[in-house]
Amino acid sequence: MREITQDDLDDIARGAAILGTGGGGDPYIGRLLARSAVRTHGSVPLVPLAEVPDDAVVLPVAMMGAPTVMVEKLPSAEQVGLAARTLAGYLGKELTHIACAEAGGVNSLIPVVAAAQLGLPLVDADGMGRAFPELQMVLPTLYGIRATPMSIADEKGNRGVLDTVDNRWAERLARSATIDMGCSAMISNYAMSGDQARESLVPGTLSLCAELGALVRAAREAHGDPVSRVVERLGGQRLFSGKVVDVARRTVTGFARGEARLSGMDGDEGAELVLRFQNEHLVAERDGVVQASVPDLICTLERETGEAVTTEGLRFGQRVTVIAAPADPRWHTPEGIALAGPRYFGYDIDPIGVAG
Amino acid sequence: MRIGIDVGGTNTDAVLLDGRQVLASVKTSTTADVTSGIVAAIDGLQRQRAFDPAAVRAVMIGTTHFINALVEAHRLAPTAAVRLSLPAGASLPPMVDWPQRLVDAVSGRSYLVHGGHEFDGRHIAELDESELRKAADDMGAAGVRSVAITSVFSPVNAEFEARAAEIIGAQLPDVAISLSHEIGRIGLLERENATVINAALRELAAHIVDGLAASVTGAGITAPLYLSQNDGTLMDVDFARRYPVATFASGPTNSMRGAAVLSGLDTCAVVDVGGTTSDVGVLRQGFPREATTDVSVAGIRTNFRMPDVLSIGIGGGSRVRGNVTVGPDSVGYELTSKALVFGGDTLTATDIAVAAGRADIGDASLVAHLDKGLVRAALDRIAADVSDVVERMRTSAEPLPVVAVGGGSVLLPDELAGCGAVHRPENYAVANAIGAAIAQIGGEVDRVYVIEPGRRDAVVEEAKQEAVDRAVAAGASPASVGIVDFDEVPIPYLPGNATRIRAKAVGDLQLGA
Repeated sequence: MREITQDDLDDIARGAAILGTGGGGDPYIGRLLARSAVRTHGSVPLVPLAEVPDDAVVLPVAMMGAPTVMVEKLPSAEQVGLAARTLAGYLGKELTHIACAEAGGVNSLIPVVAAAQLGLPLVDADGMGRAFPELQMVLPTLYGIRATPMSIADEKGNRGVLDTVDNRWAERLARSATIDMGCSAMISNYAMSGDQARESLVPGTLSLCAELGALVRAAREAHGDPVSRVVERLGGQRLFSGKVVDVARRTVTGFARGEARLSGMDGDEGAELVLRFQNEHLVAERDGVVQASVPDLICTLERETGEAVTTEGLRFGQRVTVIAAPADPRWHTPEGIALAGPRYFGYDIDPIGVAG
Repeated sequence: MRIGIDVGGTNTDAVLLDGRQVLASVKTSTTADVTSGIVAAIDGLQRQRAFDPAAVRAVMIGTTHFINALVEAHRLAPTAAVRLSLPAGASLPPMVDWPQRLVDAVSGRSYLVHGGHEFDGRHIAELDESELRKAADDMGAAGVRSVAITSVFSPVNAEFEARAAEIIGAQLPDVAISLSHEIGRIGLLERENATVINAALRELAAHIVDGLAASVTGAGITAPLYLSQNDGTLMDVDFARRYPVATFASGPTNSMRGAAVLSGLDTCAVVDVGGTTSDVGVLRQGFPREATTDVSVAGIRTNFRMPDVLSIGIGGGSRVRGNVTVGPDSVGYELTSKALVFGGDTLTATDIAVAAGRADIGDASLVAHLDKGLVRAALDRIAADVSDVVERMRTSAEPLPVVAVGGGSVLLPDELAGCGAVHRPENYAVANAIGAAIAQIGGEVDRVYVIEPGRRDAVVEEAKQEAVDRAVAAGASPASVGIVDFDEVPIPYLPGNATRIRAKAVGDLQLGA
């Protein structure tokens, strides 16, 4: 795939929802926005990470806020472009490339909107290789790339530029601004040069999303098993199949935390799996024993269709297969684990690596 | 006494009930004009068991008419969608993801206007009344006859929708106006879609409701007429004129509710085998489990409440082929000319049922030659496919009793693998009409509340009481009203413990003396 056309968007959205590990929001709105932007401005060139020139000015663009709000107060393409232009103006640089901060749900598609709107190529890469809930949780943080200056823009045209002492402060202040902007904002941050991008981003993300989406679609059309195709492609493993028997959610400091309990079926009868999440799935425990944890990917897929189920979409009675897949190896360094390992999220355990 | 009528795509079924006792039941063909089929059905009841029309206290009708009108893009009013959201939402205008065929069928026009609320009640922008007046001028000139108004976060605060309705109504007094907060829930595009569909059906609804009322009064019945809604509760005719979209899934709901009453099981899986499909749903405490995901209707995403129903293409009219497959194609309404037992040349599931001695329809001698192995294999295929769907609808490892209803349920065995015995209640063929007849009155609250510390219990009580009050206001007998469903979901990323609370109360219809 060397350019993203309207025809690619459904597959990208479907694949991105899988890499979103339960988070990332419903990609539906992102897909509609991307479709409308590509229809208006034409297809978006997709540049492999390896081909980005050293002196490129690469800008990740993303949505920040509550998915519940985004499906009600719909963002616009102009708002997405405004965030990127604002930061470029502050930096005094000419943008050359747009990138994805995360792979997952809506934030795999917002950069397509930005690239189409601004007439720029999109880098086939992202900052995580998955989705995480807080904005300092990107691999560029490990390379000393600063989250700020970052821009934030609302639909009214309000915009701000934050310059903070570290990436954690960027998360905190941006979160407050987002709430004041009505809980759904567009942001642009981690501006980087081409060589920084090649060093710190995860290559091939959008191609992978499109490939996963196409795998699921093809397996379904052939009445095959989409879930095992996804597991194979990600080099992961199937953890558990079962029915959701209980979902408990609560809001803690602005995030949806909770647990889902699954009762086993398809060979897992009699066993129970507990999924713990903060927007994204963090820990999977079978009968009290941890099977997988952040930073690795834990994804819930509809058992039959292979469609990703978000943590917000988990409902009593759903039948899902839980799979785990290895994260980018850089997440398993001590620095990566400090940034997004189980202890950061309050679980007193060492990360459990996924055996492929 | 009360009369329940279910107007399906193929059959119009009617029952005469005294309390929960079935005094008479008939099945007639649905007619193109609907009303003459209803007249024939009431007539049939009268012939089966003579009754005094004045002794009928209520007539309940379930109809698939409105959803069919949408699917067929038939007789839809020229409709405008007005969205109060600017400066938000401009990139995704109303009907953005609709099939073009349906946009054309409603002559869909869109207007974006400044307004809308933030999640916490602040205004995105002040409502721009001059923009609204200009839009109304344009609608008037374009011949718009029905308007759907949607404001951002109107389920939390409906003030802008109400004000916009005043302004447009003042300028265009003859157009019908539908407001999104009365129709759908959070999720702007889906709620707006449901509202536009509702608006497009308003003229047809007025026409149909008048026809239904006329056919009932024509039979000498003066009792009030109700229509059944998606959730199994009733609406009066005035409500039906305003909210035709609320009748969309009443067919499967009526079957399920009827099955519950007939079998005495209020938590069960219900398999309704009709002419072309088998619909499987799950009842909890006598009410259908609702779909939790957005439901597409005629290719349009919507988010109003629909029962969670899985359908497979197996019914009495399904074609049976040698190797052995059953359905998904069906001879449909041509069953009585195409099926072997009626002298036709097509092997259908009905022929299999007759050959197996499970049904006495048509001429059994015309299927006597069928190979026993083929008959067995076809029945096994049907049983396996249906039990697979039941299995998919189950929500826990606990066994869920299965109740089979509908004319085609003779196709099912007495026992389904993995599901146990199949309950086949008396009057199973008219379960949907019985479901309509015993429908109750409901009231509902669905809102985002900001819950201050220590106030949770009080807020929950308040919401439940409001649901009860609404049910009573809608005509439920106060002594019978209870909360049947309650749901509390904290909303992520929103400050102030914002929690979405949904409470539903239901009670028996208070019948006049």
